[in-house]
Amino acid sequence: MLISLDPELYGIIGLSLKVTLTALFFAALTGIPLGVVLALKRFPGRSILMNIVNSLMSIPPVVVGLVVYILLSNQTGLVGDHRLLFTPTAMIIAQFLLALPLMMGLTSTAILSIDKLVKLTAKSLGATPFQVALKVVSEARFGLYSAMIVVFGRLLSEVGAVMMVGGNIRYMTRVMTTAIALQKGMGEFQTALALGMILLLMAFLINGILEILRNYGRAS
Amino acid sequence: MDILKIENLTKVYNGKTVLDIPKLNIEAGKITAIIGPSGAGKSTLLSLINGIEKPDTGSIFFENEEFSKIKSFSPATIRRMALVFQKPVMFNASVYNNIAYGLKIRKMDKTLIGQKLTDAASFLGLSDLLDQKAITLSGGEAGRVSVARAMVIKPDLLLMDEPTANLDPANVAIIEDMIKKATQIYQTTVVVVTHNMFQAKRLADNIVFMLNGQVVSEGCAFDIFENPLDQRTQAFITGNMIY
Ligand SMILES: Nc1ncnc2c1ncn2[C@@H]1O[C@H](COP(=O)(O)OP(=O)(O)OP(=O)(O)O)[C@@H](O)[C@H]1O
Ligand SMILES: [Mg+2]
Repeated sequence: MLISLDPELYGIIGLSLKVTLTALFFAALTGIPLGVVLALKRFPGRSILMNIVNSLMSIPPVVVGLVVYILLSNQTGLVGDHRLLFTPTAMIIAQFLLALPLMMGLTSTAILSIDKLVKLTAKSLGATPFQVALKVVSEARFGLYSAMIVVFGRLLSEVGAVMMVGGNIRYMTRVMTTAIALQKGMGEFQTALALGMILLLMAFLINGILEILRNYGRAS
Repeated sequence: MDILKIENLTKVYNGKTVLDIPKLNIEAGKITAIIGPSGAGKSTLLSLINGIEKPDTGSIFFENEEFSKIKSFSPATIRRMALVFQKPVMFNASVYNNIAYGLKIRKMDKTLIGQKLTDAASFLGLSDLLDQKAITLSGGEAGRVSVARAMVIKPDLLLMDEPTANLDPANVAIIEDMIKKATQIYQTTVVVVTHNMFQAKRLADNIVFMLNGQVVSEGCAFDIFENPLDQRTQAFITGNMIY
């Protein structure tokens, strides 16, 4: 089965990557700036917000899936009439929401781990608050790459949320993890295991690429 | 003329008053050395002048602009100063990019930055290190980079916290020379904290002696060193102070 690598499998792999990488992209786009603000700005309610973010970092994917399901469903949903449920878009939304607090929390941890004197040194040399923030982000860049790797891993291996809002529909919303769950359910352990191996290989390749990017950043 | 006027300035950390200066002026275009024992509040005073820490009461006037608990210096004024910290912190970047930082954030032309960097680096014996990662520098090299990083900006007010603490005699001489040149050529006002009485004598036009957060005596260097009226000041500069 692995050797014959039928087009269906390609489709599943492609969709897995598409959903996860799109969600990761948007989570990084919003979560990194928000995490930076959380780490550097003093504002009322900051510690409460930090607590909330930290708690949401460990929210079970099925719960996120459930919430998105309810929001998107026709009967109860606030945005139900867009017919997004059981589409890849719904899966991306669910994974994005799952990734956002993780991205924010890991970003602010990375930023907070930078010596306070870096911030003060930049400031003392005339940096504006925005330039100070940029400098601190640049100092924390390896931490941010690691954050992306962690979030990517969590999204790629996650099954609860994509199952709930995607529905594991063949040729439509079936991804690696839901396919594995299905094969296992049908007693096809060998296929399930093979799919698991492919999933691992995908993670290995993507992490390799991120690692190269990280080393590239280190060299400069 | 005075570039800085300090009035009723206090700073409290954890309920302890670490700085209490009713009045202190810093003369423009001159080198002022701040001396005093460890914990006297010298670094704290520099952080306040630089606007990095806020005072609890009182004000600092830079020319006529006020800085206090509720008033900040304008960004333009902050950019007229630079501070060399007691502990040199290197950005995780090349030595070149560390020294160029203050110029880059001022959006200075790249070729001009290149020229200034070459000059500053050759002065300070850093030419061969420009491509090295700054976090791998030795203590003395990092110290020189942090001096260079502030001096290339050519600030009107240069604040230095023990800039030569980690350096060998040759490099001490080079940096003292650069400080003198900055005042002579560019009329830079320098406020330098030093534990080295010989350095204070060599460099300073004016001396501020601090003890327990207070300015005990201040005045022109000659008077303070040759004819200190205050007994504690005399004890400190002759190395006979009992703590
Ligand atoms: N952020 C801070 N929090 C609490 N206490 C502080 C802080 N910064 C300084 N202090 C205290 O304020 C006092 C003055 O410190 P400061 O660093 O200004 O001394 P200094 O004169 O520069 O001493 P040294 O010569 O050892 O550098 C010290 O007792 C120090 O412990
Ligand atoms: Mg100090």
